[in-house]
Amino acid sequence: MIYLQLFLTFLKVGTFAFGGGYAMLSLIGDSVLAYGWMTEEELLNFAGVETVIPGPIAVNMATFIGYEQGGFLGALLATVGVVLPSFVIIIIVAAMIKNLMKYPAVNAFIAGMRPALGGLILATAATMGLTVLFGLESISSSISFDWRTIVILVVIIAVPTVYKKLVKKEFSPVLLILVSAVFGILFFA
Amino acid sequence: MILFQLFISMLKIGAFAFGGGYAIIALLENEFVTKRTWIDHDEFMNVVAIAESTPGPIAINVATYIGYKLMGIFGAVVATVGVCLPSFIIMYAVSLFYESFMDISIVTAAFRGVQICVVYLIASAALKMLKKMKKTPRNIAVFAVTFGGMTACTIFDFRISSIIFIFTAGVVGLLAFLINKKNKEAKK
Repeated sequence: MIYLQLFLTFLKVGTFAFGGGYAMLSLIGDSVLAYGWMTEEELLNFAGVETVIPGPIAVNMATFIGYEQGGFLGALLATVGVVLPSFVIIIIVAAMIKNLMKYPAVNAFIAGMRPALGGLILATAATMGLTVLFGLESISSSISFDWRTIVILVVIIAVPTVYKKLVKKEFSPVLLILVSAVFGILFFA
Repeated sequence: MILFQLFISMLKIGAFAFGGGYAIIALLENEFVTKRTWIDHDEFMNVVAIAESTPGPIAINVATYIGYKLMGIFGAVVATVGVCLPSFIIMYAVSLFYESFMDISIVTAAFRGVQICVVYLIASAALKMLKKMKKTPRNIAVFAVTFGGMTACTIFDFRISSIIFIFTAGVVGLLAFLINKKNKEAKK
């Protein structure tokens, strides 16, 4: 019963995937390899493709594997399975949060987490920046450097900064992604 | 009307959310805090912190929460479906042409540009948070330690879950609160 298997597997992934994208990837990897739905190499290739497709990694993975194993219905069931646990948990949290925030201890705990979040996000930007700008993936890889990347980076920083000075409004990040795609084609195609 | 707006906003975010969870946070903040003012920065930050400590994709958690806050369960369903739909459709289409999709050189070229943009978006989301953070010694220390720790772990290829940093920071916050309370009671 492949449909039930897909649904339950992704339900499990959705329930235990704390900490976002990469945690999800390793968790999905374990199940998928165990069922023989993908080989290790296919999984690595997919992780690469994943970076060029918008949306949460978990949803993309579920849709892709669901489709490969069970066509449209498989894709649908896997996706619903991976989303359902967080949906239910967040509804419960959202319904209770007003009451919970009345307790100063809960408040202190959540407020305590917030600066760590900023640090983590900056760390993600820094390590992604090292990879994208200098081809540096870990301490052992050598630095490669491409002037075109720097030109695009300068454009991406300049456009919203100038726009904000002139129009006094935030430049839309969606538009900025489109601009960067156009420059990518101009410089790298 | 709000329901329709919510759906369209989520659809847009889902369609342009390259680079995973943290990049989506930048988009969500721009859409719901800056543009639509449906939720204020403080509450948004609390939701992101909660989303990080509950299972599931951060983007979906935050979307579900915003939908629920605006229009109850129905809003939550609309927001969640909206944010998932683009990646479902795109991924489904990609599955159909998986082999040939990756061979299109113009697609890879476009995405080399987008990757740079994603780094910029994530960095600016982090810097915005830093700017709005209360600059107490503890907050600055927690920020610096998680930033340094997580960067070092990635560079030295040492996998450690971000949830550990976040939970530890929560516990530190709770301890600081309890110690403060005790000191105040002792003074009385």
